[in-house]
Formats: sequence, C-alpha cells, structure tokens
Amino acid sequence: MQSRMVELETRNQDPQGDHGPQERNYILSLHDVLMKKSILNYNGGCVVAMKGKNCVAIACDLRFGVQAQTISTDFKRVFELGPHLYIGLPGLATDTQTVLQRLQFRIKMYEMREGRRLKPHTLMAMMQNLLYERRFGPYFVEPVIAGLDPNTKEPYICALDLIGCACEPADFVVSGTCSESLYGMCETTWQEDMEPEDLFECISQSLVNAFDRDALSGWGAVVHIIEQDKVTTRTLKCRQD
Amino acid sequence: MALESLHGVERYQHKWNEVQEEAALPEIGNFTNQYQLMMPPLPKAECQVGEYLVDETGRKMKLNYAHGTTTLGFKFKGGAVLAVDSRATSGQYIGSGNVRKIIEISPYLLGTMAGGAADCTYWNRVLAKQCRIYELRNRERISVAAASKLLANMVYQYKGYGLSMGVMVAGWDKKGAGLYYVDSDGNRMPGNVFSVGSGSLYAYGVLDSGYRWDMTDEEAYELGRRAIYHATHRDAYSGGIVRVYHIKEGGWVRISEQDSKDLHYAYAEGKTTTQ
Repeated sequence: MQSRMVELETRNQDPQGDHGPQERNYILSLHDVLMKKSILNYNGGCVVAMKGKNCVAIACDLRFGVQAQTISTDFKRVFELGPHLYIGLPGLATDTQTVLQRLQFRIKMYEMREGRRLKPHTLMAMMQNLLYERRFGPYFVEPVIAGLDPNTKEPYICALDLIGCACEPADFVVSGTCSESLYGMCETTWQEDMEPEDLFECISQSLVNAFDRDALSGWGAVVHIIEQDKVTTRTLKCRQD
Repeated sequence: MALESLHGVERYQHKWNEVQEEAALPEIGNFTNQYQLMMPPLPKAECQVGEYLVDETGRKMKLNYAHGTTTLGFKFKGGAVLAVDSRATSGQYIGSGNVRKIIEISPYLLGTMAGGAADCTYWNRVLAKQCRIYELRNRERISVAAASKLLANMVYQYKGYGLSMGVMVAGWDKKGAGLYYVDSDGNRMPGNVFSVGSGSLYAYGVLDSGYRWDMTDEEAYELGRRAIYHATHRDAYSGGIVRVYHIKEGGWVRISEQDSKDLHYAYAEGKTTTQ
C-alpha cells in the first residue's frame, strides 16, 4: 500500500523535470483513452449479470491475455462468495486476484463478528469501502455483484466502477472490455420476469454475441444461474479466436 | 428551334448551357488518374502525417489505421500456397469477420492484405489495372517480379505519408511460382516463406517447424491452414475464416474457406487433416 502511493507520487513529479511536454509520463493520456489503451483493457475480459423471476444470472468469459496475446483460456473471473452470492471482477487480472483475496478476508471477518451471512447489498457496501480506500491509486477492476438476499430471497444485481461508485439497476449490469456490445445485446434480449431457463438463454446469447465482436474477450464462457434452491453452473462452447 | 429563337423564346437555352458547363469541368481527383491523390494540407516535412500527429497535450500520436491480421505464403514443390484469416478490427472492436484478404489480381496473380485495409485494397486494384494494361500492350502475362515491382514503386512514391501495408504478391510466370513481399516502407523481396501481420509470429512458429520443399499439395494446404488457425487462436486481432489458395501452372485455385471455430474443434478431436 505504501509503495503504491509513493510510486504514484514520483510519477506525477516527473523526476527528470527538463523533459518537454511530449516526454511527460501521463498515467493515462487522451491518446490512450481514445485508443482504449487503458490498463482496464490490458488483460481483456467481461462480466454480465441479469435479474429474472426469483433468480439471477451472472456470466463471464474465460480469456486471460496480455494485450493481443492470449495466454490462457480458462481464467474464471466470477467467484462464489456465499451460497447465493457471486462476484465478477473484470479488469486487470492481478487486481482481480488481489481484490478477491482482500474481499474474502473482509467477508470472513464480517461473518465471524456478526455471526450471520452476508447480504448482497452489504457486499456492495463492503466493496465500495474497499475500492474507495484506493481512491488515488485504484485497483483496476470494475466489479459486478449478483445474488439472492439470504432473508427475503430477493434478486440483487449491482455494478461498481473502479473507485466504488455503485449502480443497482432493475434489469441487468455489464462490465469489462466489450461493455458497449453487451449493453446493445442486453437492451434487446432482456425481458422482465424470465424463468431460470429463459434467463440462461438470454444471458448466454447476450454474452457470446457481445464478445464475438470484441478482440480482447471470449475464448469460452461460464454462466451461473442462481435460484433459491440451487445454483446451476454451465460452461459454454464458444469460438476460439 | 429556329422559329422559337426568331420569336425570342429561349426554351432550351439553359439546358444547353448546363451541358456545356458539365463538359468544361476540369478533371479532378483520382477518377481517371489513380496517382492523383490529394496531398496533406501542409508540406511533408512539417506535418509528418503517418509518422506522428500531436494531440492537445502535446503528446505524439501515432496514426493507427492498421488492422490485425495473419497472412502467410510459401513456395514448395507444387507451386505456392497463400493462406489468410478474415478478421478486420478497429482498435479492439471486431469490424468484420469475413473479409477477403486475398485479392485476385489476375487469374495468375494473387495479393494478400495486411495493414491498412483501404491502402491494401486501393493499391492492389491499381496494380490489377496496371497488370492488365501490361498484358494488352505486350501480349504476354506480366511476371511476378515485375508486378511486385510495379506495386513497390507505386507505394514508394508515398513513402512518409503514412501508407500502411504489408503485401505478398504471389503468382505463376515463365520461371514457375513466384512469391514477393512488398511493404509500404519500400521493401520488396523474393522468398520461399513469408508471414505478415500481428499474428505472423505464431504462424511462423507452425510454418517453420512443418515446412519442407517436397511437400505434397495436401500437406502444403494443411500446413498453411494449421499455421493460420494457430495464429487465430493465440492472436486477439486475427480470426474468422481461414482461406487457403494454391498457385500452380494453370493459375490460382481456391482450396478451402473454413470457419476457425470448426477447425478448432476438429483439431481438438485429434483430426490431422481437415479437408
């Protein structure tokens, strides 16, 4: 934590000083933004979650790459945090793992102290807290939460940005390198009160067709359908290019 | 007409004026002369289009029209094989999954495209025209060496203006199969094995380990196909359909066009050939 902050400071100070404006080290230049060369897109990957009737679904792709090079095609970025609680962490892969580990630690501490299961909404608050702690040197992940409330069994989905601003829509949330395509797919395929089978079809088609238009994600997909009495996990057969 | 003008009626006069105006229009742009491209608004040395532009923070911006690609070509006992993928990307967005990256210049000549899609299609089309004119003037087919040199000379005229292309010209002439690599920097070289594009490293890996001069035709097709398939798998900016062409004495033949998804699952089942 300390070294992270220090590194950022030196970057901002521009140690050589005598460089012209062209040599300055920006964390993110306009050019990088336009070219979408953000650190968030370095490894590729995407996550989508959807609400259904008494059920929720969350799905992710399986690619782990370094820019254009595909390193592995079984990198899962959706994780089980409880019986009806899942989180997707698309973004920089190293931060996916770090955030997951820190989150698991905090969840264990919470559940021991409180002696009860974590609600999805509480997880969202915890996530906000965890991410905002790094407001000036953020983790490059944009989490997606999906689950059922342990008491009311109410479906819950939410997405956060990398410094912890949450949004809790009534239909679906998307995150990752092909979020634009995912929005397009979800806007057209999502309907209210879908049964688990329809929800599976909807989220799978949305995800696969969205990431087939994206060079940095794809290479397989995992879909979780979370119902009151069971969770179904399926791996989809996808294009491998 | 005469009676009308006698009476002072000029009914068709405006029409006639229009026709004359149209005929007097000067020749513009590259409609009749393909080399008459509009030049950048500043002198070459000052604006350096293609090298760098500068954004508002003063940072150098490299023009990036290039789309990811894998193309390959090799000569062997039975002629030459070209194989390409079909993905076109702008940034990380996949613009199209079924581009034709092998351009049919004439029944005996093929060109491949890597780099800027517009640059490649345009200059290959101009090359096709030039080759046809050569044929009509000289009553014989143009050699691969001459065709590739025509292309190299054309793009060399625009060196420094930011053309982006890496082209293989392959064909059959009096000397047998020919294969040349031409790019927008002005390079032109003959060779036995080439691969061009963002996925070329992966393709070379497969190609170099499986290449022999005395391959059978089927072995050659499968080598080209496999090399492209492996590149589509590893390289994010390559994918779609794997197209294979064979150039032999009678001209080129289209061998296969297969979806890389089908190829992947066929190879996963352990099939060694996919024809």
